[in-house]
Amino acid sequence: MLSKTLHISSSPHINKGVSTDMIMRNVVYALLPVVLFAVYAFGINALLVITTAVIASVLTEHALCRWSKQESTVSDWSAVITGLLLGLTLPPIFPLWMTFLGGVLAIALGKFVFGGLGYNAFNPALVGRAILQAAFPVAITTWHPSFLEDRFVSISKSVLAFPFAEPFVDGISGATPLSAFKFDKVTTDSADLALGLISGSIGETSSWIIALGGIYLIYRKMMDWRIPVTILVTVFVLSGILFLIDNQLYPSPLFMLFSGGLMLGAVFMATDMVGSPITPLGVLVYGVFIGILVVVIRIWGGLPEGVMYAILLGNALTPQIDSLIRPKVYGTKKIKV
Amino acid sequence: MLNLTANTFKHGVHPPENKEETNGLPIRQFPFAPLIILPMQQHIGAPSQIIVREGQEVARGQLLAKANGYMSVPMHSPVSGKVRKIANVPVISGQMAQGIYLEPFPFSSQEVIEGNPIPLSASPEEILQGIQDAGIVGLGGAAFPTHVKLKIPEGKTCEHLIINGIECEPYLTTDHRVMLEQADDIFMGIRYLLKVTGAKGVIIGIEANKQDAADHLSGRIPKDLPVKVQVVPVKYPQGAEKMLITSLLGKEVPSGGLPIEVNAVVVNVATTAEIGRLLPHGQGIQERVVTITGPAIRKKGNYLIPIGTPLRYVLEQVGASENISEVYMGGPMMGVSASNLDISIVKGTSGIVVFGDNDIKKTEKIYPCIKCGACVDACPIFLNPSKLGILAKFEAYETMAEDFNLMDCFECGSCSFVCPSNIPLVQYFRLSKGIVRKRKAALQT
Repeated sequence: MLSKTLHISSSPHINKGVSTDMIMRNVVYALLPVVLFAVYAFGINALLVITTAVIASVLTEHALCRWSKQESTVSDWSAVITGLLLGLTLPPIFPLWMTFLGGVLAIALGKFVFGGLGYNAFNPALVGRAILQAAFPVAITTWHPSFLEDRFVSISKSVLAFPFAEPFVDGISGATPLSAFKFDKVTTDSADLALGLISGSIGETSSWIIALGGIYLIYRKMMDWRIPVTILVTVFVLSGILFLIDNQLYPSPLFMLFSGGLMLGAVFMATDMVGSPITPLGVLVYGVFIGILVVVIRIWGGLPEGVMYAILLGNALTPQIDSLIRPKVYGTKKIKV
Repeated sequence: MLNLTANTFKHGVHPPENKEETNGLPIRQFPFAPLIILPMQQHIGAPSQIIVREGQEVARGQLLAKANGYMSVPMHSPVSGKVRKIANVPVISGQMAQGIYLEPFPFSSQEVIEGNPIPLSASPEEILQGIQDAGIVGLGGAAFPTHVKLKIPEGKTCEHLIINGIECEPYLTTDHRVMLEQADDIFMGIRYLLKVTGAKGVIIGIEANKQDAADHLSGRIPKDLPVKVQVVPVKYPQGAEKMLITSLLGKEVPSGGLPIEVNAVVVNVATTAEIGRLLPHGQGIQERVVTITGPAIRKKGNYLIPIGTPLRYVLEQVGASENISEVYMGGPMMGVSASNLDISIVKGTSGIVVFGDNDIKKTEKIYPCIKCGACVDACPIFLNPSKLGILAKFEAYETMAEDFNLMDCFECGSCSFVCPSNIPLVQYFRLSKGIVRKRKAALQT
């Protein structure tokens, strides 16, 4: 005689089996090669900065959840992504105390105040970086050459700087390819750029490893391929047109594509599901908008690099895009706005 | 081999099919249970009105309850036996509803009594009446009275009669077996349906995972019938009327409208077979084909089960394991969980899928919506389930209905199926639709 109590549930009773923490975990996997190359290129300093950023993000997330009497959301892996991305956007000899502060602010102001995962209007890592850029304009533009001989044994004084101490200068600081072009009109070889044999932020230097991570996520259907593709194509086409108009005044489109934070931003930051539009057409508008802003800021703006602001503005535009661009509902004639 | 048309509706999902364990098993007659429990509401509309009394002896096929108005169907006795009790019986919602307890005669030959035959030469009105009198409802699961669906409104014409052999629900193989085993009944049913609808052509829509059924039917099309078998790619929820019309005809049924707006009528293939089998004899539905499957069932198969057979008896007969945990009446995408085993097989029961304790993944954690857009890419109606889900949380039901087309949702479950955050979207929408309907009704009175 069958007499067991049955479980009941609302249909559908089956699920595809892809979960949010699984997506986040895979983004972390896709970022690991970028982290490894960064450590290979910049050595122990980069490792310290990235680790600090991740620890700060995860601790802050955990602490804020506890403080607001909620279950800790650390296990969804999104704070780890924020920490990794923040670390990758910083210069390799960025002071650790500033890095830690950036991680705390990224989670607290970029995510928690909005209501946590899913409710953040902006990419939390970029919010953290934007605050750091405003607070520490010198430190965040103090670059460091890659592939130094002693990179695995010597820790920079700047990295270990005491909080709020006098500004530090750590001897060697070099221009990034973008600032070199912007201020001195010196171009860097595109092949060196793509391979990451240049100086820049920790994770912004090796475009092809970043692209590989993106291809993995696209293959796993955990990333909307349209976002990086539209951004990169827009930047390439727009800067290509400018280059054709005047190849002395404007940089080559390949240089634009492989320099600075474009690849990291287009592949790992603009694709943040929460801050990007939900419809395919909306994503197209979003990508083109970011691409145009990147070119405009880089070429005519006051800063050498504009990817961060371009993506933050793209995030800001997303709710508008989603309310204006809606697919035609089956069986209806006009699109509601 | 028939050609696979590239035509299908947009969006949709691909849940694991899980049909291979039963799709090769022929339909088998199920034994009669010692007690038959017949709820009077087995269809959409008014419950049937009981016309027998307690203690009365009835023959198999005899009328037990008559249709209560136009939006209702009668109920016939699934067994020769004795009316034990007229009382409330358990139904799937977990509540009790009016019904009849029947005790079959143990040594009866269980012959079905003949009624007044409805010949093919009868008028469309007589055939429609015959379909209602036979107690026929949509056997695909919705149990909508078939005669209501077939009534072509004034000023409309039906060009295409679509026979729905899609069966896109995972696990279910009843329509598949019916197509393989009841071709004559199906074509006889089509003759009646052509007469009633006045349609010029007939398309039997079948998904590519049932190629054998498509080949079988297309080889048996009578020469005088304008029937075409069309194979479409496998995709859920293609069996939904609107999706099937889009797949076969390339047209969209207007929002809030019926298929007749695009000159089409869609009838499930098992329902068609039932019409073809019952009308020539003037009989009513007393049994139906049910797929019984799932990891917790030993004797999986497609069974012809008398309506009213208690679920507990069914599961005992097919060797359900002791530790059953979840029982779905219908498939896993749109089927309803049984809350207890005391309910019975009804006209709309197309399948019973049973899982044991160890077959179930633990209730997964629900995460916030990360706006990944998987639901937007899955919804066959092109709604924005993500947005609707957020609005439902804010109880903004009017906004959902007026600005985001909530009422166009037919609860196929594609959005919840793909949601990585495990948000019970369809459950939200079902509740929200109920509230919107209630509020509208309240405004009108």
